[in-house]
Amino acid sequence: MHATIAVNRFGLGARPGELASVSGRHERWLLDQLDAVALPKSLSKIAPSSEVLVDVARLRRRKREMRLAGEKVDQKDLGKLISGHYRELVLARAQTATTTDTPFAERLVRFWANHFAISADKREVRAIAGAIENEAVRPHLAGSFSDMLLAVEQHPAMLLYLDNIRSIGPTSQRGLRAKKRRPERRIGLNENLAREILELHTLGVRGGYDQSDVTSFARVITGWTVGRDTDANTKNGSAGRFRFDKALHEPGAQRVLGKRYAQDGVDQGEAVLRDLAVHPSTAQHLATKLARHFVADEPPQPLVARLARVFLDTGGDLPSLHAALVRAPEAWTTPHAKYKTPDDYLISTMRAFDFTPDRVGPILMTLRVLGQPPLTPGSPAGWPDTAEQWRGGDALFKRIEWANDVARRLPGRTNPQSVADAALGPLLRDETRSAMQRAQSTAQSLTLFLASPEFQRR
Amino acid sequence: MNYFDRRLLLKHLGAAALGSTPLGLTVGRVAFAAAPSTESRLVVVVLRGAVDGLALAPPYGEPAYGALRGQLALGKPGASNGVRKLDGLFGLHPSFEHVHALYQRNEALVVHAVASPYRGRSHFDGQDVLEAGSVGVDGTRSGWLNRALGVDTRNSGGAIALAHTVPLMLRGEASVSSYAPSRLPDTDEDTLRRLEKLYADDEFFQAQFEQALAARAIAARDKNEKKMRGGGAAAFKSVMEQTARFLSAPDGPRIAMTEADGWDTHANQGATAGNLARRFAALDAGLATLRDGLGEHWDTTAVLVVTEFGRTVRVNGTGGTDHGTGGAALLLGGAVAGGKVTADWPGLNTLYEDRDLMPTTDLRSVFKAALVEHLGLDEARVATQVFPHSRNAPVLPNLFKA
Repeated sequence: MHATIAVNRFGLGARPGELASVSGRHERWLLDQLDAVALPKSLSKIAPSSEVLVDVARLRRRKREMRLAGEKVDQKDLGKLISGHYRELVLARAQTATTTDTPFAERLVRFWANHFAISADKREVRAIAGAIENEAVRPHLAGSFSDMLLAVEQHPAMLLYLDNIRSIGPTSQRGLRAKKRRPERRIGLNENLAREILELHTLGVRGGYDQSDVTSFARVITGWTVGRDTDANTKNGSAGRFRFDKALHEPGAQRVLGKRYAQDGVDQGEAVLRDLAVHPSTAQHLATKLARHFVADEPPQPLVARLARVFLDTGGDLPSLHAALVRAPEAWTTPHAKYKTPDDYLISTMRAFDFTPDRVGPILMTLRVLGQPPLTPGSPAGWPDTAEQWRGGDALFKRIEWANDVARRLPGRTNPQSVADAALGPLLRDETRSAMQRAQSTAQSLTLFLASPEFQRR
Repeated sequence: MNYFDRRLLLKHLGAAALGSTPLGLTVGRVAFAAAPSTESRLVVVVLRGAVDGLALAPPYGEPAYGALRGQLALGKPGASNGVRKLDGLFGLHPSFEHVHALYQRNEALVVHAVASPYRGRSHFDGQDVLEAGSVGVDGTRSGWLNRALGVDTRNSGGAIALAHTVPLMLRGEASVSSYAPSRLPDTDEDTLRRLEKLYADDEFFQAQFEQALAARAIAARDKNEKKMRGGGAAAFKSVMEQTARFLSAPDGPRIAMTEADGWDTHANQGATAGNLARRFAALDAGLATLRDGLGEHWDTTAVLVVTEFGRTVRVNGTGGTDHGTGGAALLLGGAVAGGKVTADWPGLNTLYEDRDLMPTTDLRSVFKAALVEHLGLDEARVATQVFPHSRNAPVLPNLFKA
């Protein structure tokens, strides 16, 4: 049973043979994945976000120039460029999840990327929807939360998504100039990113900050922006990348959570983030979310307390935190405590059939119909993580219809019983087994397996 | 007859069979099940992301309005960028063509300067308080609309969420269904019957499955089920069409809840045109679709359009507005005593925390009015079971026709 939990709950669902190979060494198998940092092969062909942003900016500019010159402009090429990048990423991401032999590491990458969620329905970030996951989270999975946090908040995708590129210090050089030139127009702070860092990324909503902290912190991170595609920025390498623009930055010391930050420039924001990263409220917030994701919707409080303690004792060392989760007895006592999200459900299905997707269309269609369009949670809070938030008669029915559709497309030689045994091992219930045996066709037998309660949980 | 209809029939046969049991112990229950469902219908639309109430229903007659709103200010009625006139003080955003027509027929009203009891600025907490009907963020796990079902003994049709999953407002002890149109091929009846057995001893799956079958039975009556395609406008319209279909079915639900997101206009909000104006137009079109779809049932319907909180009065540095407090709600339907703006109007001279419209009406007072004066629920039970700790939020009078 331990192998099944390791592979299905911590991993992404068993591929044929995976249960057998993990059997008897489940803990070692999980712990060995915590140092995995190599970029999966399927993702290596994805263009870096800095290049994508520059490409998009150049196409925009070219179209504007053509329009000004009275030339005919293709109305659709910009949308095609953006959605081309999005679709390529969604396919590569699905391929990574279905083929990886370090599925625990992949689940952790997805967990943290969802913690720092951006949503691809915002056009500015659609072309780089996977950038937080692959460029900010993945490189720091084997490092500290503090480094990951900094990488995320300085990533163009986040700065674009939460509007920080529009935020201007009211008495910064640019703020004053704008005020002088057009006094009637209000130029100034946008507190969106500052608020969500405090509420979602670090302390948590009741983590002990107030509106004045939000406003001060918003001032601190003015000037955190994305380098535009100019010759100068191309030369200094900041085009499409994080850039600190002093002219936008609100000068002077700021007070956040009662502490005075007198640093100059970008150091000020980095200092605040480093303090937030190891704050006890942050430890509690992250420990709760992790325990909820890996153990139960209502995470056991002693476990949350232990994880928070490990986090604080190690200064936010992520491998230590993740290892504490693996060693938690609570994670191994109640199998199937978690209801799979639609994404979990799709990936575990593909893994169970050892199927590697080669077209993105069906992936997108499936996840839209099941209610979880890829990387599009619709808000910076990310996807929810409890059964209560995913349940719904219609949601279940869509899974059944989808399972039925999939089962009918699979080749006839698939042996339902061996697929089910390889996926669920001892956790396949007798009821399901006998219902599968009594089914009137292979397709129906597979539908019953995919729609069974035990396959929909992890 | 297909499987779904047969299942519903079985359910009714089951009730009848219970009624004929010896000793007559279940007679009361049968009488309840057989009683005609109430005719009053309620639709709640939650707009997620915090709608700018001052853009929805601008107080164009306020002296301070133009200066405070800056580039987002709309003109007086009749001006090229003018509002649609409601009265001497308030107008409606120009996108609301159909809602305005309803207003003129006394079938729509605006409740202004409203807010839930929540005073923070987190969308997620704000929505939780709005939907739970609680006083603050207290971890309440059920929604007020679900608790209302427990009090609503005349409604045998229950409630439905027009969404993939059931939002908090409808979660709780009373069983509710959810529905969103599908693009997948139908699953055959035999497989469904086998699955039903497979779910029999798993409450989580069993309950959802039961609801799904009942919802499908109603939806299947319409052969031309429109697919949920495209973004905002078309999808919302299709949801409203479906809502009308459910609420019109003789044995269907009488309470429906749905949602629309994308109202968090931090940047480039726009005035007469732009991002927010487009969303308002989609909302307006969807509401018109709902009215048309309900036909004669519109007369007994109330539609409540609410959001988690308002937005800042002043424009921010990026042509948008930030998280605020007081906002506006729409109430429409044939059952509504419309044609007016209901507000204990605080004016714009004193702002909440010097940035937001001062909230003067508790949204729970509006919700309570809908339950008590529209659906006819017992006021005392609403006060204790649906909205505990709401003594300072009494039923808001005169929202519904007597």
